[in-house]
Amino acid sequence: MEFIRAFLVGGSICAVGQILIDKTKLTPARILVLFVTLGVVLTAIGVYEPLVKFGGAGATVPITGFGYSLAKGALKEVKEKGLLGAFMGGISSTAGGIAAAIFFGYLIALIFSPKEK
Amino acid sequence: MTAAKRLGKQTVKFQNPPSILATASIVGKKEGEGPLKHYYDQIIEDGFWGEKTWEKAETKLLRETIMTAVTKADLSIKDIQYILSGDLLNQCIASSYGIRDMGVPFFGLYGACSTMAESLSLASILIDGGFADYVVAATSSHFCSAERQFRFPLEYGGQRPPTSQWTVTGSGAVVLSSKGNGPYITHITTGKIVDLGIKDANNMGAAMAPAAVDTIFTHFEDTGFDPDYYDLIITGDLAYYGKEIAQDMLQRKGCDISKIFTDCGIEIFDKEKQDTHAGGSGCGCSAVVLAGYLYHELTKGNLNKILFVATGALMSPTSSQQGESIPGIAHAVTIQNAME
Amino acid sequence: MEQGLTKKEYEKYVQKKMPKSPVIKNTIKAFIIGGIICIVGQVVSNYFKGRGMSVEEAGGATAIVMVLLGALLTGLDIYDGIAKHAGAGTIVPITGFANSIVSPAMEFKSEGYVLGMASKMFVIAGPVLVYGIIASIVVGIISFIVKTL
Repeated sequence: MEFIRAFLVGGSICAVGQILIDKTKLTPARILVLFVTLGVVLTAIGVYEPLVKFGGAGATVPITGFGYSLAKGALKEVKEKGLLGAFMGGISSTAGGIAAAIFFGYLIALIFSPKEK
Repeated sequence: MTAAKRLGKQTVKFQNPPSILATASIVGKKEGEGPLKHYYDQIIEDGFWGEKTWEKAETKLLRETIMTAVTKADLSIKDIQYILSGDLLNQCIASSYGIRDMGVPFFGLYGACSTMAESLSLASILIDGGFADYVVAATSSHFCSAERQFRFPLEYGGQRPPTSQWTVTGSGAVVLSSKGNGPYITHITTGKIVDLGIKDANNMGAAMAPAAVDTIFTHFEDTGFDPDYYDLIITGDLAYYGKEIAQDMLQRKGCDISKIFTDCGIEIFDKEKQDTHAGGSGCGCSAVVLAGYLYHELTKGNLNKILFVATGALMSPTSSQQGESIPGIAHAVTIQNAME
Repeated sequence: MEQGLTKKEYEKYVQKKMPKSPVIKNTIKAFIIGGIICIVGQVVSNYFKGRGMSVEEAGGATAIVMVLLGALLTGLDIYDGIAKHAGAGTIVPITGFANSIVSPAMEFKSEGYVLGMASKMFVIAGPVLVYGIIASIVVGIISFIVKTL
């Protein structure tokens, strides 16, 4: 059941992205920026957390989920460390993903080369 | 004082029409699987062609194409007095590096995808004016080098809209001479920049169509020809949607060319089988269609009079990011088997 | 204007004449493929939770695995083939974030390992980090102010 919920929530978030690509002049890069910022804001006002509870990976795997982690980390560390937490919380809660992106990104690019289309 | 060879507003009628001695075209694998595959001199199986980068591969493409054309004309590179060439890469490096070891006087040109007609026009002027006897006009483009300069990395997971065009991997070269038995370049109509405000870099056909319309219409006004004069009017590379717009706009101006009108970007790929959306584009597109298919049909006598109208979209990634619209240009070249 | 059309008129004319992207078909494909990627994420996350990780830890570990998967599929020349159909279905998940990092890194390797590969790595993904992190800091500051008041 949780797989179906992940599928529905994740699929819906992607579907919204697709409609924005096809129906507006927004480029994919802008949509990603919009989505991550939206993830942060929706988390801050308490809307995204229930979505994560319901959809699991369906809400955390899309880039909005990256915004969710950023905001959640910032809010949590503000509670613990005060203003310093606002600066440290976001990146520390997403450190794994960012570090992996840099490390694996570098490694894969080192090994492979682009193919002709 | 009037220039005796000028005709109307934008056209030149040559008094000593230069003759095409030979052409050459080398294309990539995808182009080599397209409908015009039998007309190319060579099809390279691998986009790198033994080089380390796409830019070096394009450079080699241009160099080998020029050498092939010169050899086919029974000339040596020493006989060539000018090379006029351009490409899509920043600072036209495919041309400069392709030509660097040839030891031939060189004019580098940039007209985006209109460059083949631009180089042909200027080469013809050089010959008609008595400034040279042998001139090579050439261009090249490479899908992979253009993609990373203008759009996205090759492995980036983007989606192409239906109006997007596929940059041709290929190079075409034409050897022009003051002597020879044709086909001849008899007229050129140099286009002016026309910009009707299209900003979508994924819809270059619509951005360039008004320029093609302007040049074709002016060509008929200047020369007094009817569309019936030609066996074929071929734009390069408005592709499917741009061609439709150009045809429709000309019709509205009372100029019906629908029966003899096609486009290099349409001819070069099989739209359904090759997943190329609106069609081909790039300097190499009109160049290989001219140097391959069109030249073959002219020499066989299947075509006798053609109007070759290469079109260019003169934007850059920088101008697009700054919100500028896309200026279009189109140059027309009359190529016919008879001198007149 | 010589064409007899103003820029406004031409824009309208072109809009009418141009083929539309097949929005419904694209959206369904994006939904299905995006959904499938999230199921994979759920499987990975369940595995880590099953090994006794907390929700936060499992989330971080899942992000790492998904990034690796996206990067690997990009290197193997598979990701862009799926993306041609999936559109936002492969752009929006974190695997797409990995794709947008690996693809320029590979592409610009030809300009060297420092100024090519490393410096072009975040040419597409950079803005996501910039805006995401700024937004999280702003949210943190606001919550701090609200709390102290």
